Parts: sequence; structure tokens; C-alpha cells
Amino acid sequence: MTMNNVGRPTGPGAGGATAGHASLTGGRGLLQDEPLLFELGGWDKTGVDFDSAEHDASDLGDLVRTAAIGLAGLSEPETMRHYVRLSQKNHAIDLALYPLGSCTMKHNPRLNEKMARLAGFADLHPLAPVSTAQGALELIDRLAHWLKTLTGMPAVAMTPKAGAHGELCGLLCIKAAHEAAGQGHRRTVLVPTSAHGTNPATAAFVGYSVTEIAQTADGRVDLADLEAKLGDHVAAIMVTNPNTCGLFERDVIEIARISHAHGAYFYCDGANFNAIVGRVRPGDLGVDAMHINLHKTFSTPHGGGGPGAGPVVLSEALAKFAPAPWVVHDGTGLKLVEEAAGEAAQAFGRMCAFQGQMGMFVRAYAYMRSHGADGLRQVAEDAVLNANYIKARLSAEMTPAFPDGPCMHEALFDDSWLEGTGITTLDFAKAMIDEGFHPMTMYFPLVVHGAMLIEPTETEPKRELDRFCDALLALARAAKAGDAARFTGAPYLAPLRRLDETLAARKPKLTWRPDPPALSEERAQVLAS
Amino acid sequence: MRYLPLTPDDRAQMLSVIGAPDIEALFADVPSAARVTELFNLPLHAGELEVERELVSLAARNRPAGAGPFFCGAGAYRHHVPASVDHIIQRSEFLTSYTPYQPEIAQGTLQVLFEFQSQVAALTGLDVANASMYDGSTACAEAVMMAKRVTRREKAILSGGVHPHYAAVTQTIAHAEGMEIVRQKAAIDAEADVIAAIDSTVACVVVQTPNVFGVVTDVTRIAEAAHAAGALLIVVTTEAVSFGLLKSPSERGADIAVAEGQSIGNALNYGGPYVGLFACREKLVRQMPGRLCGETVDADGRRGYVLTLSTREQHIRREKATSNICTNSGLCALAFTIHLSLLGEVGLRQLAALNHSRARDMAGALKSAGVEVLTPRFFNEIAVRVPDASAAVEALLADGIVAGVPYSRLDPHAGLDDVLLLAATETTTSEDITALAAALKRRAGR
Repeated sequence: MTMNNVGRPTGPGAGGATAGHASLTGGRGLLQDEPLLFELGGWDKTGVDFDSAEHDASDLGDLVRTAAIGLAGLSEPETMRHYVRLSQKNHAIDLALYPLGSCTMKHNPRLNEKMARLAGFADLHPLAPVSTAQGALELIDRLAHWLKTLTGMPAVAMTPKAGAHGELCGLLCIKAAHEAAGQGHRRTVLVPTSAHGTNPATAAFVGYSVTEIAQTADGRVDLADLEAKLGDHVAAIMVTNPNTCGLFERDVIEIARISHAHGAYFYCDGANFNAIVGRVRPGDLGVDAMHINLHKTFSTPHGGGGPGAGPVVLSEALAKFAPAPWVVHDGTGLKLVEEAAGEAAQAFGRMCAFQGQMGMFVRAYAYMRSHGADGLRQVAEDAVLNANYIKARLSAEMTPAFPDGPCMHEALFDDSWLEGTGITTLDFAKAMIDEGFHPMTMYFPLVVHGAMLIEPTETEPKRELDRFCDALLALARAAKAGDAARFTGAPYLAPLRRLDETLAARKPKLTWRPDPPALSEERAQVLAS
Repeated sequence: MRYLPLTPDDRAQMLSVIGAPDIEALFADVPSAARVTELFNLPLHAGELEVERELVSLAARNRPAGAGPFFCGAGAYRHHVPASVDHIIQRSEFLTSYTPYQPEIAQGTLQVLFEFQSQVAALTGLDVANASMYDGSTACAEAVMMAKRVTRREKAILSGGVHPHYAAVTQTIAHAEGMEIVRQKAAIDAEADVIAAIDSTVACVVVQTPNVFGVVTDVTRIAEAAHAAGALLIVVTTEAVSFGLLKSPSERGADIAVAEGQSIGNALNYGGPYVGLFACREKLVRQMPGRLCGETVDADGRRGYVLTLSTREQHIRREKATSNICTNSGLCALAFTIHLSLLGEVGLRQLAALNHSRARDMAGALKSAGVEVLTPRFFNEIAVRVPDASAAVEALLADGIVAGVPYSRLDPHAGLDDVLLLAATETTTSEDITALAAALKRRAGR
């Protein structure tokens, strides 16, 4: 063995078996086995320092809590360690491609984070006098202008807090419009079989019944079936375009025309707007309402599942039913209309307590200004190019669900190429984790068996796309070669192996439970001091 | 363009692998009538410096809460958030990850959600909490819809102390679902008036404590009346720090507790993003809206966390789901959890005591200045009588004081134009309070 002059080995060592080697402590190298906050912290430990209160709470009598809350505290160094260790168990777009179809996981520019934290935005109270919030109202107004221009729509409701909340807002506008026109008997919403689950759930949430529209063999809305199901009872159709198969609805203008001819509104699910931004205006297609996921197309961070933001652009027919509040210009400046009365009497109500996701508005606006009209068009082109490149390369081993013609921003494969291998889409996805990639969207849309929906977005360099395709092709060859254990037992190399979701649902354990301790004398004294 | 990695050469190579002559060929399915060939009438791309200049100049036209004496509350509160909170939530692995659909590589997010749910359950005293809602107001609306599912009744009573925007959101959703909302007349200290309206057709009673006027109410009797009629009690709280001082909703008989969690970990952000807290009794869990994280084990028997009970949710149940919700307020929930970990039991109690103490200072100073305080029992927020409160707020701006929220801004038709809502937190100094009292006194003297 080579050593330096104090006897420290300098070579890699003789090496032993590494496969299957387990640590003595349960961690994996730098990846620590991290207990729960409640197991680490203490009731008497804190990471903040406060002045003591000058007055007690005797004025509140027995309204004051006597029992322990049951919280655990950590000092600041422990807090940093705990959450940084946990963070290292997450995949993230900053680590590698995150090809979740329909989710548009693109790069989140850090400029946007910096801008959202300017005190003028972050430390601004939602009910601050409007004369002290003119810059915020101006930003909302400018963002609204961009959204209206990019979609070719005359109005936008800014307050919905996520895509599904935007769908709710759009359908409430449609419902209000029908009621105002004496068409309240229209109670059915038509939804394609390939739709996001939120579409039928939203329709049901506002009291509509849902009828499915069939899909053609080439993955589009079946016009004949749509026409057969339209009628005096239909309030709206909800169509995603580009659709969840990653395809542009070629007949979209006709879909809008016949829906309108039957008195129905056309709600477009704008989840996939990234594919067409700067190249197609939904307003030109006959759309009446469409939500825009600012966290998808306009890159506000997904943050582990939220917060999102879902402004809804509206046609002239629906605009006057939009919910409060909104921004208007009066002679002297910008004003916030907060009450659905007088000038706003037809507004259907209110979606949330305040002005919507202002923090997301700042980020989305910074993103739009950075790209500009030219950059946004390039966004759509590169997103579509990247998806088609993946589709072309992976088709060497995998089976695209719709092989003929180009896809839009995402490439959809079925599982027919896995037939006979004993390996499922889920197994394949879990094996991707061992290769360092987040799986694609699986088993969605429901219309394709064992679906694998891959959306790379425009922020992936070619080198990363090639690395991804090389890995998937190698896995596909391994699957076909009969290396089933690589898949059925995967993942082997992730922070955890495959998790038992059935157990979680059968015996739900949703909170950490202490044994409820009576507040001991000592604790009571410390807490009271 | 700095966010787009493909070079012209990459694009050409990729088109050739695809077998497409040009990029237009990939858009062949778009009808020609719908293709926009020219650039939109919007500015062209801009460098960081230029974008930053524009946004800094917009931000400069707003007056941050921290710029001087500031007393706005009414559903959003200015608190100090430790620097480490914002540092952690900006870590790539939290900021740029998605919903934890692949639990093996999302244990960070999932364990945080489990800790968040445990903290919310502890604060409210209830058995289970979900992984968060959009904000307090939508959580309130969802709670009412949940009560409808649980009781199969179609009427809800809202007290006159519920935040008017929460009531409006709830009415909006309820109207769509065909549920009747009886909203009692706005009243400063009359939560118990809901009791007279309870009958066997009522699905739930919604009360707020501390209410929008700052009044803390013992809701035990309301709970008893609701339960006797087979209805649920929903308790709303807009100031989550109050859980550190006051008896929990569960101790008072709540079946569902909803709250705005912004106060812990999250900036004011002009109204969003915030984080809605939602907790309930265990037996109601399968009617709960939103995401839930649960504990389980992996193939090697190691403890881990997954999203669970998803058979309630839209992506499985579609039109039969308990809600259309497809997201939570993940990053805001993370900020909440980190801040509350730093506070702990001791810190939250101290923070709550400090807030209450500052509000006592404020109420005392205003009384001494001859201002009528309308809130008999308060946590950190009071209502005071000031003639034409809107005009008073505008006038005090000239003194550099943001003197709270006129109630009429929230509820213009209640006839309470002389009610001003004022909040004090640990960020409020005694100099701020002195300035406020002096300015209101000067105004009254004119």
C-alpha cells in the first residue's frame, strides 16, 4: 500500500465488497438518517431570543392556555442541520432533469427570488392604504397586460391561487354568465377522457355533472362524439390544449365553434401553455376562459408542491363576472376594487382573502421581462424541440403512444414495449431513480396503458437530454434482456427503498403523537417565567 | 438568452435527429389561422440589470410595513422571521422540487410535511391536520363544504365576527355548491349569537376567535349547542401566534379548526402566498380536503413518509373527489415549520405573550389619549372607535403612521364606518404606540 511519511495511506486502498455494504448507524455516507423534529427537539429549547413581556395575560382569565401545546424546539444550529439534512433527500430541478409530464419543471431564475424579497413587495401588507401600494398595483397591472397580450384575451382574473383554483374561478364565471342569461338549467360539463383529474373534480365542486367525450385513435377530441353530447343542458366544455397526450388539438377552432353554437362556453385548461406561448393566442382559438399556471409556464418555483398561482384570462362575455378584487386606473392613480358592488355588481364573489399570489406575480413578471416577446417565443420552440428530440431518440427502444407526427412540449409513451418482460411502468420509473433521474409522469393520461409522459422543458441543455436518453435506452435494453430484478426491486440506491403505500393508507399515521404529558410543576414554572 | 441553453448548432443537430426540416414542422398541427408569425407587441428580452432596475423602481413606490409606525392586521400580520428560515427555504432541494410523487427521492419534503401536520395538530389540539391549504379563507370555505359532506346538511351559520373576506370566499363556494350560508350581522362581541340560529338543519357553525375585531371568545357553549343539534363547530383563527397564549380550538369543542398560518414564517407579500392550516378530529379524516402525508416503511423496513389517503383526491376520484385541490402551499408550509421549530414550545409562548403585552400597551395608550377601545378581551388586535376611520387612516399617513385598517374597507355596508382595527406585534415599538396615540388625540382635538 502507498503511504505518505506519517503513515497515511494515499491510494484508494485494497477495497472490499461495496455492494450491499451497510453502515453501522443507518445513514449512507453523507446522507444522514434524520429523526423527526419531535425526537430531536425539546419543549424547553428554542432558537429565538425575545424581550420578556411587560404585561401578563391576567386580563384574559381562563381563556389562557394551561396545557402544553406539544411543540418541540431547536436551537439555530440544530435547525440548520435538521432541515439541510432533510433537503438532501430530495430531487430538485437544480440537480437534474425533472421530466414530469404536464408539470413543466423548468429552471427557476434566482433573480426572481431576489425581486420578490424586495421590502417594497415582501413587507407590504395586503390592506395597506392603496396610496402606499401603488407600485404593487402597477406590477399587477403590467403582469395582467402581458397575460392578456400573450393569450389574446381581453380580461384576466388575477386572484386564483393555483391552477385548480383558476379552473374553479373560470367555471364560476361561466356559471354566473349562464345564470345571468336565464341559462341556469345548463348543468353539464363535457370533459375529454384524457383530462387532468382537476377538470371533472372542479366541475363537480361547482355543482355540475360531468360527461366524458371520447378520444380519437390519434389522441384528439372526437368531434362527432362532442357534437352528439352537446345540447341545451351543456354549460361548458373543458379541453386542455395542447392536450395531456402532448398533442395540439388540430380541430380546436371547430371545437369552439360548435360548442358556442350550442350555447356552451369553452374552458381551456392552460396547464400546457408553455408549448405555444408567443406562437398561438388562445383568444384566436375561441377560448372563453383559461387559467395560466404561473408556476409552470412562467417559472415560479414549485417549492415541493406549492404555492402555485392560477390567473384566469377571460373573454368579453365572461369578463364582467370576474371575482373581486381587481385593479383599475382612475384619474389619479391605481385603485383596488375590493367589493363586488356598484360598478362590480355582476362579479360572482371572491376567491381568496386578498389580492392573490403577489409573491408569484413578482417572480412571473421578472421572468417575462427577462425573456421578452422574442424569448418567450423561443421558450415554446425549444420546449417543443426538446420533447421531439426525446421522442425521436427513445423511440429506438420504447413505443410512443402516438408515433405519427410531432408532439408538442411532451412525449408520451405506452408500455407495450415492456410486454413479456414482467416489468411495469412503475418498476421502470423506480429504476430511473437509481440512475439519478426523477421519473416521468406515470399512468397519466388514463387513456394510454402504462403511460409514461416526459416533459423536458426548454431549460435543458442538449448534453443533459442525451445523458437522460442514454440512461433510459440502456435501461430499456436491460429490461428487454431479462434483467428484471434491476427494476422490480428498484430503487436500490435512493435514500429509501420502495415505500409501502398500502400500509400508509390502511393504518393512517398522520401526526407524531407524544404521550400527552400533564404540565409538570417545573415546566409550568419555566413557561410562566 | 441566459435561461435557454440550446445553441443554434444544437437546434440544427436535434432537428436532424428528429428528421424535421425546421422548427415550423414541429408546429404542423397548429391550424394556420391560429399561428402568430410576428412577435407580440411586448418589449424584447432584457438583462438582469435592466429587469432589476424596473422592479426596484416599482418596489420603491410601495411603503414597506417596516418603514415606520404600522398597525395593520385584519388577517395578515407583520412578525419578525428569523434569517435562517428564508435561507433554508431557498435551498434548491426545497425551492425547485415538485410535489413528492416519488417518495423515495422526496423524503425531505415529505418528512417536513409530516412535521408540519404534527405541529398544526398540536397548535389546534386536534387529532389530524392536512399538508396545508392556499390560505385561511379558502381553508374556511373547504371546512364548510366538508361539514356538508359529513352531516349531509346544507346550511351553515357564520358569526358576525368572521373576517368579511373569509365570509365572502365561503359564500362564493357555498353558493356554487347549492349550500345556504346564514351570515350574522357584523358585531364586535357577539359570537354567541349564533346559538339562537342553530337547528337540526344546520351542518356547521363558523366562529372566529380572536375575531376580526380582535375579540377572544370562549366558544365552549357554542360547541355544546352545535353538537346538541348534530352540527359541527368550525373555529377560524387568522393570527396563528395566538395559539401560543390562548386555549386551543379543540379544548373549546371545535370539530374542525382552520387558520391563516402566514404569521409564522411568512412575509406579508401583499396578500400571498400564504398558508392555510386545516385540522380536524380523527373520525372525520376521510372527508378532509387536500393532501395528507403519512408514515409508513420502505422495502427494508425503514421508516419513511408518503402522500396518503389519496383516494379522496381529484387525480384518483376525479368528479367524486372531496375537493378539486391539486396542490398545497408547500414552501410556505416549510417556512412555517422551520420558524415554529426555532420557536418551539417556549419560544411560541414567549412570542405570544409579547404580542399580547404590546397590544395591552397600545390599548392603554389609546385609552389615555381618549380613544374608545371597543374590544373587551383581545390577543394582539383591537377595534377602536374613530369617527370616519377611513379618513383618519389617510390623515395619519401624513404623519408617517399607517394606522390600521378601517373596518369599512372589509365590509362597506355594515354601518361601522367609525371602527378602526389595530394590531400590535413584537415588531411594534413603544415609540410607535406613542406616536399613534398622539396622532389620534390630535385628530380628535381638531
